[in-house]
Amino acid sequence: MRVALFATCLVDALFPDVGRSMVALLERLGHEVVLPREQTCCGQMHINTGYPDQALPLIRRHVQTFEPYDVVVAPSASCVGSARHQHENVARALGDAGLADRAHALAARTYELSEFLVDVLGVTDVGASYPHRVTMHPTCHSLRMLRVGDRPLRLLRAVRGIDLVELPRADSCCGFGGTFALKNSDVSTAMLSDKLRDVLSTGAEVVTAGDASCLMHIDGGLTRLRTGARSVHLAEILASTDAP
Amino acid sequence: MTTFLGMPTVAPQGVGSLHAEQPFPVAARTALGNTQLRHNIGFATQTIRAKRAAVVGELPDWEQLRLAGEAIKTDVMARLPELLVQLEERVTAAGGTVHWARDANEANAIVAALVEATGAHEVVKIKSMATQEIGLNEALAEHGITAHETDLAELIVQLGGDRPSHILVPAIHRNRAEIREIFLRAMPGVRPDLPDDPPQLAEAARSYLRQKFLSAKVAISGANFAIAETGTVAVVESEGNGRMCLTLPEVLITVMGIEKLLPTFKDLEVFLQLLPRSSTGERMNPYTSMWTGVTEGDGPREFHLVLLDNGRTSVLADEAGRSALHCIRCSACLNVCPVYERVGGHAYGSVYPGPIGAVLTPQLTGVKENPSLPYASTLCGACFDACPVRIDIPSMLVHLRAEAVRAKGMTVERTVFAAAAWTMRSPVRFAMAERLSRLGRLLGRRRDRISRLPWPLSGWTAARDLPRPPRRSLRDWWRNR
Repeated sequence: MRVALFATCLVDALFPDVGRSMVALLERLGHEVVLPREQTCCGQMHINTGYPDQALPLIRRHVQTFEPYDVVVAPSASCVGSARHQHENVARALGDAGLADRAHALAARTYELSEFLVDVLGVTDVGASYPHRVTMHPTCHSLRMLRVGDRPLRLLRAVRGIDLVELPRADSCCGFGGTFALKNSDVSTAMLSDKLRDVLSTGAEVVTAGDASCLMHIDGGLTRLRTGARSVHLAEILASTDAP
Repeated sequence: MTTFLGMPTVAPQGVGSLHAEQPFPVAARTALGNTQLRHNIGFATQTIRAKRAAVVGELPDWEQLRLAGEAIKTDVMARLPELLVQLEERVTAAGGTVHWARDANEANAIVAALVEATGAHEVVKIKSMATQEIGLNEALAEHGITAHETDLAELIVQLGGDRPSHILVPAIHRNRAEIREIFLRAMPGVRPDLPDDPPQLAEAARSYLRQKFLSAKVAISGANFAIAETGTVAVVESEGNGRMCLTLPEVLITVMGIEKLLPTFKDLEVFLQLLPRSSTGERMNPYTSMWTGVTEGDGPREFHLVLLDNGRTSVLADEAGRSALHCIRCSACLNVCPVYERVGGHAYGSVYPGPIGAVLTPQLTGVKENPSLPYASTLCGACFDACPVRIDIPSMLVHLRAEAVRAKGMTVERTVFAAAAWTMRSPVRFAMAERLSRLGRLLGRRRDRISRLPWPLSGWTAARDLPRPPRRSLRDWWRNR
């Protein structure tokens, strides 16, 4: 299969290893990966902060960039959620029905990583090996917007050598919330504090998730407090072939 | 979008409890430091969450009930004018009187005049969000009328000179020691050796309230539902104070938001399953009272229904926002909200806090009066999953954020976001910005993390590290592979 990688602006700019892992993983599974260079950002940050008019050109660029491809995969439930649920509605509300229809059509073949692996490729064992104690934070967009359910956990359970521990209060929001982390930084920190407590209570060395944004926030707390735990994106674990 | 007649109205300033005194981030910061509050609210919401999950989980048709509730309320909003007129006809035919109140001031004036006409200077009240919304107790006090709250938690709040912090359990921010202290200080006739044991605190309140019930001539209530088809009004409660107030006094005045309608009596079947399970986590609440107009020889001799607008038709006019009027005030969204759980209700500055409050409050007052409330959320979506009538609160918050931005006009933030959008409109500019950001590698060399940045990013680095920008972006790596 020829897969277009929707890298997301955050991964492209700050977490390129997540993107490299996506490429390594999909190629290992026998697929061709393309990184369309015209992509930038899905516009979610602008839409969610109250600037949908400023997001419209970003939506247009996203649709233009990806609609030539049969399949689009991203390492982010929130960005896929935006592409699937927000792009069409924002375009229509701002009077561009043509763009709205194109966004709608593209949404049907846009996938978050765990959805793509389990539903489209039909695999849960991706040949990964990661001998570390890991706990998973499900992220609100994957849980409630995309409803990926236990797909990420099923993928992780098949990873050789992994010691997977359940995260208490897993479905509690980590407190990132996009610009919420700045506009309501005190509440964001209070929520992070509880998420860190839950992560550390598992004794895990690694916390993983399917969203680099939530992980950036959680990791920011883990390193600030010198906790000795770190965050690793789901894609990086699934791409890993670390020897035991 | 108001006409020269001033319609549709918004909730007016200077009256009631909808206008926050502080922006949410400021109020939240203070609340976060109140550890007693956080413990009480955390414990209470966790308890109610578990109860709700159990009684919802045992119903095989919960999702169908939610869809039915959503559909019935959507129908109500689509036919609101005709249903309100039908309600008025039915209530009047049954011997009641219907009054129409454009806003809080009109509603307060109507109620005060009705009470004055009876000659009473004291009234008993059943807990009513709508009367808090309009500041009725304060308005009555200005007319020399004392309103006695009879709901235990509202009584605690009233005697404590306080404000409610939760829709369903308004005194959740208080512990038993504080309640004992409030009773000793402010409850006439209370025994001086009152312990802080909950059954004895409740007994003290019962004795005090019993006198009020037996002597009150006038009662004021809200309403959970009003049936257009029959003119029946329904109050759903736990303690029995509602039953006392609805049956003993001679005059009953009910203040009700116009959105609380249901078309037919049969529709109650859906809502009486949705409401108790979503609010107190019970299969059925202890007391459900329904009355239609007045009945000779039984209950109040006079019944007045005050229909309250106070911004509701303005909400109705907003296609993207009108489903907020579907709310049945169950508070399930409050109990699952990670933000509410940590700051409590006072931080929202409105009688409607939590997720539904973050939407409904700015809608009723106009977003310009409460511009920070739509941002009091991470958009985690837990509220939508818990809402018994499927109100899509996250989408509405995003919609209201766009309105808040439009209301603010030109700001530094708008310029910054415009610059970011300009940069990201072009892959060339985006790549250039990535290259520029590599200067950030000068920071954070000690631990490979950036730990201090100037405002506004200081909000982040006050409590969290940021990664150092990588040497190569993803697209640079791709180009060279």
